[in-house]
Amino acid sequence: MIFGLNHTLLTVAFGSASLGAVAGALGCFAVLRRQSLLGDAVSHAALPGIALAFILTQSKEPLTLFLGALIAGCLGAIVVMNVVATTRVKSDSALGIVLSVFFGAGLVLLTFSQRQPGASQAGLDRFLFGQAATLLNRDLWFMAIAGAVVLTTLVVFWKEFKLLAFDPVYASSLGFPVRALEVLLTALIVAAIVLGLQTVGVVLMSALVVAPAAAARQWTNRLSTMVVLGAVAGAVAGVLGALTSSTFERVPAGPAIVLFAAVITIFSFLFAPGRGLVWQTINMRSRHKSLRADALLVNMLDMEEQHAHDNPEHAHSTRALKAAASVTGAFDVRGSLENLNRRGLVTKLPDDRWKLSTTGTEHASELTRGENIGGTPTS
Amino acid sequence: MSLTPPNPNLAIEINDLTVAYHEKPVLWDVDLHVPAGVLMAIVGPNGAGKSTLIKAALGLVKAAAGDVLIFGRPYPEQRRRVAYVPQRGSVDWDFPTTVIDVVTMGRYGALGWLKRPGAREHAEAMAALEQLGMQDFADRQISQLSGGQQQRVFLARALSQQADVYFMDEPLQGVDATTEHAIMQLLRSLRSQGKTVVVVHHDLETVEEYFDWVTMLNVRRIASGPVSEVFTRANLRIAYGGRSALGAEALERDEIRDAKPAAPIVP
Amino acid sequence: MTSMQLEIMLIAAVSAVACALPGVFLVLRRMALMSDAISHVVLLGIIVAFFFTGDLSSPWLLVGATATGVLTVFLVEMVTATRLVKEDAAIGLVFPALFSIAVILVSRYAGNVHIDTDAVLMGELAFAPFDRVVVGGYDIGSRSLVKMVIILALNASLLLVFYKELKIATFDPLLAVSLGFPVAALHYGLMTLVSVTAVGAFDAVGSVLVVGLMVGPAATAYLLTDRLSRMIMWSAGIGVVAAVGGYWLAYLMDASIAGCITTMLGIIFGAAHIGAPDRGIIAMARRRARQRVEFAQRMLVIHLFNHEDSPEAATENRVDHLGEHLRWRAGHIERIVDSARRRKLIQEQNGSLTLTDEGRTVAKESLQFS
Repeated sequence: MIFGLNHTLLTVAFGSASLGAVAGALGCFAVLRRQSLLGDAVSHAALPGIALAFILTQSKEPLTLFLGALIAGCLGAIVVMNVVATTRVKSDSALGIVLSVFFGAGLVLLTFSQRQPGASQAGLDRFLFGQAATLLNRDLWFMAIAGAVVLTTLVVFWKEFKLLAFDPVYASSLGFPVRALEVLLTALIVAAIVLGLQTVGVVLMSALVVAPAAAARQWTNRLSTMVVLGAVAGAVAGVLGALTSSTFERVPAGPAIVLFAAVITIFSFLFAPGRGLVWQTINMRSRHKSLRADALLVNMLDMEEQHAHDNPEHAHSTRALKAAASVTGAFDVRGSLENLNRRGLVTKLPDDRWKLSTTGTEHASELTRGENIGGTPTS
Repeated sequence: MSLTPPNPNLAIEINDLTVAYHEKPVLWDVDLHVPAGVLMAIVGPNGAGKSTLIKAALGLVKAAAGDVLIFGRPYPEQRRRVAYVPQRGSVDWDFPTTVIDVVTMGRYGALGWLKRPGAREHAEAMAALEQLGMQDFADRQISQLSGGQQQRVFLARALSQQADVYFMDEPLQGVDATTEHAIMQLLRSLRSQGKTVVVVHHDLETVEEYFDWVTMLNVRRIASGPVSEVFTRANLRIAYGGRSALGAEALERDEIRDAKPAAPIVP
Repeated sequence: MTSMQLEIMLIAAVSAVACALPGVFLVLRRMALMSDAISHVVLLGIIVAFFFTGDLSSPWLLVGATATGVLTVFLVEMVTATRLVKEDAAIGLVFPALFSIAVILVSRYAGNVHIDTDAVLMGELAFAPFDRVVVGGYDIGSRSLVKMVIILALNASLLLVFYKELKIATFDPLLAVSLGFPVAALHYGLMTLVSVTAVGAFDAVGSVLVVGLMVGPAATAYLLTDRLSRMIMWSAGIGVVAAVGGYWLAYLMDASIAGCITTMLGIIFGAAHIGAPDRGIIAMARRRARQRVEFAQRMLVIHLFNHEDSPEAATENRVDHLGEHLRWRAGHIERIVDSARRRKLIQEQNGSLTLTDEGRTVAKESLQFS
């Protein structure tokens, strides 16, 4: 017992963490290569492979089912690519066909498998929505090892995969076998999907490929960091979802994991520094504020220069400045003035009048020369 | 191979190159001999096969016939001596990577499998960036670059390949004046180092100013040779056939010499 | 054949046609996977509406589910508009999240109600005939059949009324906008139809078969014809064949009906992919082979033409050297030279090839000379 978790829960947590990490890491490549929806087709396509593997071997060994799913999933991906390459049918339709046809064939095979003698407990239908609580120790070991193999391959061919994802044509000009690399990368993505089927289910597994990667993308501008963050996000969603499913009655693991992944994604879309929507809004506000301040300074410089000969000490009232600003938009002139005052760029004089300070004059003349636009400091 | 023995003094020797997409010809039987140390423009109307010529030379599209020799030997053997600058629009500039990272990719081919770029590759990439005045942008995310800066990054990447022959697909397309200036300076310095640079170019008005060699293309090769001999009104008329507004406009321009017979195949 | 079997087939066939009609436009607009998203997400609308009404047969369920389908489309567009992710990722984010909520709600709170998450995917076609609609003591058919006939009528009539508008908005949206067609309204109208159809077909055939019936026949028809009107006919026909064929397949193998119908769809698509008269693999391979000879002949005459008056003509244009120049195999070059000679494009004089006038014309035409 660690932190009040018993052995079963630990097994579940560890298993879900590893599948989430693998899906999150490989998902980055799927998302960046615009193959987000390939995962949906592949995970559905794996179902007949699982059923057939069981029918042929009568075994529910994780490796057997994994291989069946892997082969069927890869076959689905190959069919999609082949249809797109050789016909006028576009990728969205090809994905839709593979998804429904393979899944339908899988359903047919499932009905057969359930009719097999001694298969009453086959429970292959847990592959539809996933079940975390059924994870056994042997599943765990298998997931950890298979996940490690997938991630190691990713690390070994890191440089090539990165190049492939960013600029495949250039990769080809450097002499890399782009086609073979594509096949390998797709196979890794399929493997990552297939690993999660038992826990997350075929229907929702694709979300665990897309969501952590989409979330991770918002926090970083480096591929390596993105992949690590994607793995972490996937693992966190996996653990939280699986534990929720194991703790509460009648909460299937797949939907729970997907919902946690969705929450992480929404949070990232909103709050990730720089790219997040909240930050974008704040940045835009402050940019507007700064531009307003710029405009005000330039106006003041203009107006003061008109008085340069007769009265160099001439200051202007807020009302006059508002009137002058009305050409460019008089929004919040007083606020901008107070702000500039705090920054020492303008001086507040009695009778609600304002004058540029020495630094303010300097800054304003820089602006009129077209330098440092948008650089007026605001608080 | 050709009956005339391959000429190792030619940087690029293309013989009878035919490329077809779905059996629809894009290039017909193109011969092209480019001596080392020239700065060559490939011009021609849209759909003339300019980009395809480059891609076929680099083995990026399959040729239906013909062969490509780099310094007298087949391209795959000479891959390390050739660098490619694809069109800027061919990649996703929102990809999570930095400028220095992209430029370092130029070293990947020489690094080979399994090896990681290290300090040496980093230094080579920095040197390439410096040549384009982009060293201050090394750690910038690529989505934060202007179009001209993106183009300079692509050029730096090719530069870091330290090749002898450069194929560039419209490097001057849609870039600002500063970038155009920086790029032309770089191309001239490459030429002065004896490198051969082949540029797909759109702007007929700058051909004479920027290049010393030109190939005019319209599905077949119309003419190829020194700009002073080949860039003639007659050849432009053949290449553009009066169908292209750009070509027609150029034909009216005074700078372009009066009609001359098409120059002989060079050399 | 019992009347029940007949009724099941009828439900499947009517659903197939009802799905095929909007499906054609989804496929042409490259939005085939919206059917996947919508057909799953309608479950959320059904369950939420059920919580409010407490009645599984309330028409509000249909309204709620349709609204959720349209909401999904809207959410996907919204996420795409943030430009934080690409559109494919946006679809892959939105619908699994909404569907997950629905599945959890169903399994936690509606476990004792007649909604079953497995049935969501596969439908219960075999049981559909038991649920009858009785009006004034008169049995007019099973609920699913009545519902699907109504939806089919709706789809068909709206399609007829807005055929021209949908057509232009699909093939050239920019032109449609410039002509003043309400493209956005048409888009959402179509998505509403997809949602209504998905909801209606949902409890009978399940979400996966909805995807299959919307995408499969339309994509198959896309391989068979170039005309929109024919594509719609073909889709409807293929849908019916798959539905009926799938039913009998299921009957013979005693397997899932929905599964067998999608399997039939796959078989029909595969057959079209291989054997379609114009765009099938076989037809294309034949055409390629024919074009290759023609192309090679043209290559040959152009080669001769390019070197015709040049000093190297004597060496370039010899039969025994052509293969080296054009990098053709030995047998190939002879075949092409033979066929070109038969077409009187070239003539041979002591091992050297020259163009005939006709050959020169072909070469010039190929090079777009006037």
